[in-house]
Amino acid sequence: MLSYTAKRLVQTVFVLFGISLITFILLQVVPGDPVALMLEKRADPETIAKVRHELGLDLPIYVRYLNFIKGAVHLDFGTSYFTKEVVSEALFRCFKVTVKLACMSFIFAAIIGIPSGIFSAVKRGKGVDTLVMVLSIVGVSAPAFWVAIILQIIFGLKLAVLPISGFDTVASYVLPSIALGARYAGSMARITRTSMLEVMGQDYIRTAKAKGVRRWGVIMKHALKNALIPIVTLVGTDFGYMLTGSMLIEKVFSIPGIGKLAVDAMSNRDLPLLEGTVMYIAFVFVIVNLIVDLSYAFLDPRIRYGKGAE
Amino acid sequence: MSKKIFRFFNKQKEFEQDVPENGMRYSGFYGDSFKRLKKNKMAMFCAMLLILIILVAIFAPVPAPYDPTYQDYSAVLASPSPAHPFGTDEYGRDILSRIIYGSRVSISIGIVAQVVASLVGVTLGALEGYYGGKIDSIISRIMEIFQAFPDLIFAMAIMTFMGKGVLNLFIALGLLTWVRTARMIRGSVMQLKEKEYIEASRANGATTFWIITKGLIPNCLSTIIVLVTLGIPNAIMYEASLSFLGIGIQPPTPSWGNMISAAQTFISYRPLYSIMPGVAIMITVIAFNIFGDGLRDAPDPKLKS
Repeated sequence: MLSYTAKRLVQTVFVLFGISLITFILLQVVPGDPVALMLEKRADPETIAKVRHELGLDLPIYVRYLNFIKGAVHLDFGTSYFTKEVVSEALFRCFKVTVKLACMSFIFAAIIGIPSGIFSAVKRGKGVDTLVMVLSIVGVSAPAFWVAIILQIIFGLKLAVLPISGFDTVASYVLPSIALGARYAGSMARITRTSMLEVMGQDYIRTAKAKGVRRWGVIMKHALKNALIPIVTLVGTDFGYMLTGSMLIEKVFSIPGIGKLAVDAMSNRDLPLLEGTVMYIAFVFVIVNLIVDLSYAFLDPRIRYGKGAE
Repeated sequence: MSKKIFRFFNKQKEFEQDVPENGMRYSGFYGDSFKRLKKNKMAMFCAMLLILIILVAIFAPVPAPYDPTYQDYSAVLASPSPAHPFGTDEYGRDILSRIIYGSRVSISIGIVAQVVASLVGVTLGALEGYYGGKIDSIISRIMEIFQAFPDLIFAMAIMTFMGKGVLNLFIALGLLTWVRTARMIRGSVMQLKEKEYIEASRANGATTFWIITKGLIPNCLSTIIVLVTLGIPNAIMYEASLSFLGIGIQPPTPSWGNMISAAQTFISYRPLYSIMPGVAIMITVIAFNIFGDGLRDAPDPKLKS
């Protein structure tokens, strides 16, 4: 376990380094001078040159990269060109909102997805199974931002029971969480069903049944426990996606989370803010995946020694 | 006499046993897969639907009642009527026509992005799998970095870097999905290269290029087809998401994503405007997914749904 952990950690550091390099190159060579955009057209060349110097944009590119890395290690990405807010503070402020949203969507997806997956595996081929599978295909295939708009129309406008924007009350998080979670509820239901069906065909399940264990005892204790490993992996990765991919939902409900920060930074060509958000999002994603991989290896010894260790 | 009849029956029985239980006779790998696919009613229905959608996309001017960019200022945000079944948008353009023309964007982007992804993925995956060693570990590390980027952020960064435009969208979406193809092809090639027939062609003096292009890749063809079919709906979703965020297809060119984005302002009194493009996305994506699942399962005789 230790050597596997060490290997994965080294790999993670390498990946993060690669991400920083790609991010930096992509964003530094962006066409359109951010300084010109920032000062608009009224600035004369002299002022532009002065501002460029102040921002350190006139340094050679490798010096800028080293500075960027140095800053990133200390979580210092500079200050935003536009709002003049310290980037790390902006990240922290928005992160809190996004974490709340991701957690609520995660709870929604897990509460809906996993039990319905178990049900449809148990009632395989029956009406419940068909219904769950159809709903999960719809959930996976409908764009999340569109589901969000439909929810706004139904619950916000027609029934007028829930707010359609804002982020200060618990009620205002309900619709965004459902919209963000719907897709993952669908994929969780599918993987739970597949995994359960696979386990239910095993000999030890037949043994447990023959032994006279109650039906739900077999399902919950013997089957679910063993079916859990692939579910845990998927669920963990899904959480990573929810933490990093909520920008569409945040846009629909105008929630000032990390995704909205990224979109705004991108349209303003706000380099420090953009580098900060992209690095942050990639970082969270990589770390969540690392945790998932490690817990997977912890749950299933085969990963440590076999395929995964290569 | 009775003995003869008995023998006849016995023969008949033997003959019947040659035919598999499901009544299919062996007709080669692709023939068999196709037979199994034809029995999958859902997949066949979705295949018909896809053909219909693609035909609509190609011949968009025929089913579309109006030009998608024709602005009728006397009918701005009109409610649904026989003249405009889904109403009109804020510039008086017919929504149904825009949805029909929007299928062109979605389908072509889905297909081209997957072609880009397959070209990159198959080439790199085959090289990796064939050579192994250093080349394998270098490409694997690159793939890890690509995979570690959250997809939408990555696409956004590329679009910001290269600028908005259809061509750049193709590249961004292709770059987003090649890793999965490369992974699968790498695995298949690694298995196949140990087979005797590859050994034989090498002994016969075949060049590496010939072995990879003629000996290995054609044997991965069914994997590639499935990956492309299941990759297209993904690309369609990404396109819609990026266009919704305003960094994909730019108006006035209609795309399902940018239509929903524009419709957001009017949800309180023209809900149909935002609902219908989403329905189009959903139907297309579902059809591709179910058909792709059917294709994936077709070569496996053990699987019965």
